[in-house]
Amino acid sequence: MTGDTIPGARPASRDEADARAARRRPRREPREQERRFLFSPWHLVLIPLAVVMLVPMVWMLVTSLETLNETRHFPPVLLPHTLAPGNYAQVLQQAPFARWFMNTLIVTVVTVAGNLLLCAMAGYAFARIKFFGREVVFILVLATLMIPFQVVMIPTFIIVKHLGLINTLGGLIVPNLAQAFGIFLFRQFFRTLPVELEEAARIDGASRIGVLFRIVLPLSGPVLATVAVITFLYTWNDFLWPLITIYSPDNMTLQLGLTTFEGTHQTVTNLLMAANVMSLLPVVLLFFLAQRYFIRGIASTGLKG
Amino acid sequence: MTRVRRILESDNFSGWALAFPAVFLIFVFGIVPIVWSALLSFQRTNLLSPSQWIGLANYRALPSDPLFRQSVVHSLVYTALFVPLSVAGGLFAAVALNRRIRGIFLYRTAVFVPVVLSTIATAIMFLWLLDPNFGLINFLLSKVGLGPYGFFDSTSGALYSIVGMTIWGWIGFDVIVYLAALQGVPASLIEAAEIDGARAWGKFRHVTVPLLGPATLFLVVWSTINALQLFDEVYFLTRGGPGTATYVVVYYLYNLAFAQGIAGYAAAIAYVLLVAIMALTLIQLWVGRRWVHYAS
Repeated sequence: MTGDTIPGARPASRDEADARAARRRPRREPREQERRFLFSPWHLVLIPLAVVMLVPMVWMLVTSLETLNETRHFPPVLLPHTLAPGNYAQVLQQAPFARWFMNTLIVTVVTVAGNLLLCAMAGYAFARIKFFGREVVFILVLATLMIPFQVVMIPTFIIVKHLGLINTLGGLIVPNLAQAFGIFLFRQFFRTLPVELEEAARIDGASRIGVLFRIVLPLSGPVLATVAVITFLYTWNDFLWPLITIYSPDNMTLQLGLTTFEGTHQTVTNLLMAANVMSLLPVVLLFFLAQRYFIRGIASTGLKG
Repeated sequence: MTRVRRILESDNFSGWALAFPAVFLIFVFGIVPIVWSALLSFQRTNLLSPSQWIGLANYRALPSDPLFRQSVVHSLVYTALFVPLSVAGGLFAAVALNRRIRGIFLYRTAVFVPVVLSTIATAIMFLWLLDPNFGLINFLLSKVGLGPYGFFDSTSGALYSIVGMTIWGWIGFDVIVYLAALQGVPASLIEAAEIDGARAWGKFRHVTVPLLGPATLFLVVWSTINALQLFDEVYFLTRGGPGTATYVVVYYLYNLAFAQGIAGYAAAIAYVLLVAIMALTLIQLWVGRRWVHYAS
C-alpha cells in the first residue's frame, strides 16, 4: 500500500507519497484494464521464447508423420504432403517396443505403489511416534538425499548382483522401492495435520496402523499425488540404472530400448521420431492431467526427468 | 497375553514396525553403498577376482591421469556455462511469464513440458534438430549463409551443443521455482519502488532480484550438483567424443567401472566427485548467506 516503506528507500513524507499516488491512480486504473484487451509488449518476449521451446517437439512430431524420403530431403520438408501414421505401427513391428513399454509400465507402477505405501508408513512413524533412535535414523535417511546416485552406483550394482536381480525388472524396482524424499514429504505433510483426530481414534481403541490407513491417509490426497507423480516421472525417465542393470533386450525399459533402437535405426529418422513420441506420451499426458502436483513436486524435491 | 499386547502397542514397537521396511531399504541401497564405495576406493578390484588393498594409490594416481584431468576440465566448463545461463535464463523467462496476459497458459505450458521429458527423449530430438545433413537448424543457418555445422560431431562445438540442449531441458525447472518465489514478492514493495520513481529495470534489479535471493541460491546449488553429474546425454550422443572432447567425470567413471572393470579406481573418482560436490555446495551456501536476505 502507499503508506508502506521499504528499507533504504528515500525518506519521503507520507503525505507526499499519498499525493503522488493519488495523482497516478486515475491514470493507472484504465491501464490495468487495457492490458487485458490490447497487445501487451511482453508478447514480443514470450512468442520467441515459446517458439524456441516448441520447435524441437513440433519438429519431432512432424518428422514422425513423414515418409522416409521426406526426412532425407534438403531443404527439410516442413509440412509432409501426406501423413504417414503407419510409421507408428511399423515401430511396434520392428522393435520389441510394446515389450519395453510394458516393462517400463510395470517397473513404474510397482515403484510408485511401493513408495506410496512404505514412505507413508515411515513418514507417519517419523512424524507422530516417538520411538527409540528416531532422530538419528531420520538424519541418516535425510543424509542419503544428498548423495548423488553416481557415487554409490558401483556398490549398489554389487549388492543387486548378490541378490540375483541383475537383468531383471526386480533389479530396477527393489533399490528404488522406498526413497528418502518420499519419507521426507510425507513426514512434513503429516506434521501439518491436527493431531486431535488421531488421538480421539486412539482413545477409541484404534491401532497406529488403523489410524494411519483409516484417518490420516484419506486426508493426505495432495501429498500422495505429489509423491506418486514425482516417483512416476523419475522412474519412467531413469536411464543410468537400467543401463547398468539390464542387458537383454527383452528386459529393457523404454529409455534403454530407445538407445538401442537409435543404434539400429539411425538413418530411419521418421521411425525413430515415432518411437520417441510414443515413449514420452505417458509422461506428457500425466503432466497435463496432474500439472498442479507436478509443479509442486518439482519445486519441492528438485527432481526432474 | 496382555504383556505381548503392551509390547505390540508400545511406541517403540509400532514406530519401528512402520518405519522398518523403508528404513531397511534405504540402509541397504543408500547407506551401505556409501561406506562400501569408500572401501572400494582403497582397493584394486575388477569386481570378479579377489581384490587387493592398495591404500591411497588410486587417489595418488588421479592427478597424473590425463583422461581424468580432461574429464574434470570438461565437467567444470560445462558447469560454469550451464549454471549461470540456465538460472539467468530461467529468471528472465519467469519474470516474463509472471503476468496475466492473453495466452499466458500456452506460453507457460510450452516452457514446462520439456521438464518432464527424459534426457534420452530430449537427446533424440536434438540429434535430429542439429543433424549435419538434414537438420532444421543447419537449414536455417544455410539461409543466412552459415554452416553446415557439425554440432555433436564437432570437436570444438560438441560440449557447447550439450550445454545448449540441456538448458532447453532444464529452463522450465528454473521457471517453476522462480514463479513460485515471485508469487511471494509483495506487490506493496513493487508499488513503493514505483512511487519512489523506480523504472522497470530499477524495480527488477533492486526489488525483485534481491527478494528472489533464496530461490536463486537453491537453483544455483541444485543446478551445480546436477551439472557435475552430467552423463546420459554424453553417453547417448557422443560417447565422450569426438575424440575425448566431451569426456566428463561421470562418463569416465562409468566407463572405468562397467566397460573396463576397473572398479576400485572408479570408486576413487566417485568419492572425489562426492567431496567436490559437497565442497562446492558448502561454498555456495556460505557465499549465499552473505548475499541472500531471507524475508522474516
